[in-house]
Amino acid sequence: MAETMRRNFDVLVVGAGPAGLAAATSAARVGAKVGVVDDNPAVGGQIWRGEVSKATSDASNWAAKLHSLGVEVICGAQIVHHDIASRVLFAETRFALLEIRFSKLILATGARERLLPFPGWTLPNVMAAGGLQAMVKSGLPISGKRVVVAGSGPLLLAVAAYLRAHGAKVLAICEQASWNSLASFASGLLSHPGKLRQALILQRQLLGIPFWTNSWPVRALGREALERIIISRNGTQREISCDYLACGFHLVPNVELASLLGCALEGGCVRVDDAQQTSVAGVFCAGEPTGIGGLELALIEGQIAGIAAAGKSERLRELRGRRRKAQQFARRLEKAFKLRPELKTLPDSGTIVCRCEDVTHARLARHSSWRDAKNQTRCGMGPCQGRICGPATQFLFDWDPGSVRPPLFPTRVESLASVSYIAPAEHSQLTGERQ
Amino acid sequence: MPDQVQLRVDGKAVTVPAGATVAVAVALAAGFCRRSITGEPRGPVCGMGICFECRVMINGEPHCRSCQILAEANMDVRTNG
Amino acid sequence: MSVRVYDAVVVGAGIVGAACADRLSREHLNVAIVDRGLVGGGATAAGMGHIVTMDDSEAQFALTRFSQQLWIELRPELPADVEYRQCGTLWVAADEPEMQEVIRKHRYYGERGVATSILTRMELAELEPKLRPDMAGALLVPEDAVIYPPCAARFVVARAEQHGAETFLGGTVERIDNGSVLLTNGTRFSAGIVVNAAGIAAPALTSTLDIKPRKGHLVITDRYPDFVRHQIVELGYLKSAHSVTADSVAFNVQPRATGQMLIGSSRQYGADHSQVDDIILSRMLRRAFEYIPGLARTSALRAWTGFRAATPDKLPLIGPWPEDRRLLLATGHEGLGITTSLGTAALLADHVVGRTPRIQPEPFLPARTFLEHVHA
Repeated sequence: MAETMRRNFDVLVVGAGPAGLAAATSAARVGAKVGVVDDNPAVGGQIWRGEVSKATSDASNWAAKLHSLGVEVICGAQIVHHDIASRVLFAETRFALLEIRFSKLILATGARERLLPFPGWTLPNVMAAGGLQAMVKSGLPISGKRVVVAGSGPLLLAVAAYLRAHGAKVLAICEQASWNSLASFASGLLSHPGKLRQALILQRQLLGIPFWTNSWPVRALGREALERIIISRNGTQREISCDYLACGFHLVPNVELASLLGCALEGGCVRVDDAQQTSVAGVFCAGEPTGIGGLELALIEGQIAGIAAAGKSERLRELRGRRRKAQQFARRLEKAFKLRPELKTLPDSGTIVCRCEDVTHARLARHSSWRDAKNQTRCGMGPCQGRICGPATQFLFDWDPGSVRPPLFPTRVESLASVSYIAPAEHSQLTGERQ
Repeated sequence: MPDQVQLRVDGKAVTVPAGATVAVAVALAAGFCRRSITGEPRGPVCGMGICFECRVMINGEPHCRSCQILAEANMDVRTNG
Repeated sequence: MSVRVYDAVVVGAGIVGAACADRLSREHLNVAIVDRGLVGGGATAAGMGHIVTMDDSEAQFALTRFSQQLWIELRPELPADVEYRQCGTLWVAADEPEMQEVIRKHRYYGERGVATSILTRMELAELEPKLRPDMAGALLVPEDAVIYPPCAARFVVARAEQHGAETFLGGTVERIDNGSVLLTNGTRFSAGIVVNAAGIAAPALTSTLDIKPRKGHLVITDRYPDFVRHQIVELGYLKSAHSVTADSVAFNVQPRATGQMLIGSSRQYGADHSQVDDIILSRMLRRAFEYIPGLARTSALRAWTGFRAATPDKLPLIGPWPEDRRLLLATGHEGLGITTSLGTAALLADHVVGRTPRIQPEPFLPARTFLEHVHA
């Protein structure tokens, strides 16, 4: 059996994206012994994911900063299980099981894109928007490739700008929201000068790329991979030949770990207090899991969580003021990119909704609840554990997501057998003592 | 560290930049990662280890998420694993 | 509040309740099925779905074998998603004393018309190459099968509905009393007979029943087609499963039609919370690695628990309940409810219409718990 490695920290941060990095550095600066664990190969999260072709990046700068502060970084390790009563998380790497003890825990598990099913969405090269960007950062050649970016949310613009800067021919950006809701969002940026500046830079980078509102993909076509897509724009359909469709409908917070630990949720997000502490004492949460709010809010929340988890209070007042302002922006964001009901009608009866178990829309539509559908069709029971089809069926059928069961991610059976393992002889002694 | 890494995808040699993921190597060599349970070809979607569409067999180990694993010299990668 | 009137109300839409409702509606009774949750959502969904002939006692053999034959008769009608697969059971002997048990079982089954074969160490290794090669041998019971129980329950309920049964989900039964069934939401049913098929919830409705929840753990893996080919059970299972007090684990692995594997098993009394118990889980999995070391490197998708409805004498309660002349019981099936659901329903229906049953009903009559003190 693979070995079990053990670590012990004052503050353990799960997730090395912006919120997690801000939390880790803040906690380390005020003297805490800090560890950061992340399932990706390197720090940075999605937004600061390093590029293979570049020696330095935001990610490598952060890595250097963590190193200088004495923060231990554990990458390529996925949290799979916990014993929260004993303040332990278990993580799995490709070769080992990690038992990580802590006094305080900060969850900075980020968000994922909401993917909505439409005919053809399962074809290779139909990807999440950030997913294609991550692939390109990881070395996928994109120069000269024709890409349509579609879905909803500000991520589409950032991805389009990135892809274009790397030589892609971005044929169009299709935003499902209406021009009106975007215009009111844009005018709201005036009260957020930083955001406005970013928006103007983006606009320059995107110059010449058609930006269509009221627009979304209705079908992807191809034999073994994507060849062309049909886009609906203002009610008219047109066909576009392309190599990639980068398509995501805004973001879904990753609340599974928080939920497994027993942290209370509110409106699908982790409920936190003024110090970013969840309903479970000693467990903090920062960034997207507390509500989709973007980079700036994630950094502020991370700092608050880091300082508070380390038991300090300096700067918290000032940070809270900045957090309030950033939260206002988050609320505007949510309103502007609200999904339109027409998107519920995109899948036809044969469209696969659960990609792990290939469960079609028609099979799901017969059921009354997520639990019933899971039981009868295995929807959401595959290796992604409903992380993709769960938010999709929540949107399509208004189904409540179910509870989270261990392991948090698919786990080697030997790891499950090593979690809280007590040899049988020892065990009978223990029970003997209890009697 | 060398600039390039050579590995095999379904027996075919592929060269990727050092630091590239196995998913990139598979995209270049095979175009898709796995067949779904009803036989559809599938490739990477989320790029961040959540969707499990990019699963391949690496050095005999099935169900590996190729987007989360860096390509290593002489790795033996099989699609549909 | 209006009263809904039926010939029979079946409380519980697990596989046992579903089968009873189906059988009674095919006897031209007007049937209602009531469940607080989903069809096949309780122990039915939590269990393995092994259709198996067992030999702990003559009565258990009779009921499991009879039930298995009913499943075989039903098989042509089962939809694909029930995933009936006749993979057979391998009872694996780790050593010579267990091999003696293989021989005894072979004779026992053979004398009762069930063909089995004894496998040598070599034959076993060839049939199941992932098993540790130094096993003593095994007994192969080829007619045993596996199914996907939630879909089986749904199919059986749908068949009952085709015969006029009506299903009421989401309402919790508060009380059963002399042909009346009252739900907590105020709905009231009146029926000639009421069947308590509520599994571990049965004692909450029929208070003097001696049924205890016996907790079990299962793990399901990702797809590994052909990793194992039969339901493989250790013969030590007989020793550990016999215990009615201590916590125990035993090696039991099942190949699903999907290529996934279910890894079991554990038995615990007195554990009333449904959380996974990591210590028991570890013991259970390590027991499995002793038989199939390669399982350690497979990927587990989920671990979960369920509760079996256990009686002191390990036989289900099927038939009239002496304290309420309109009440029939169909509960207490422990880990064999999927197999014995069909036999249970047949016995119950025979009782209702006054027909001679195909197996002796006496060992299962609930009255036995009145007549004698059962020693564990």
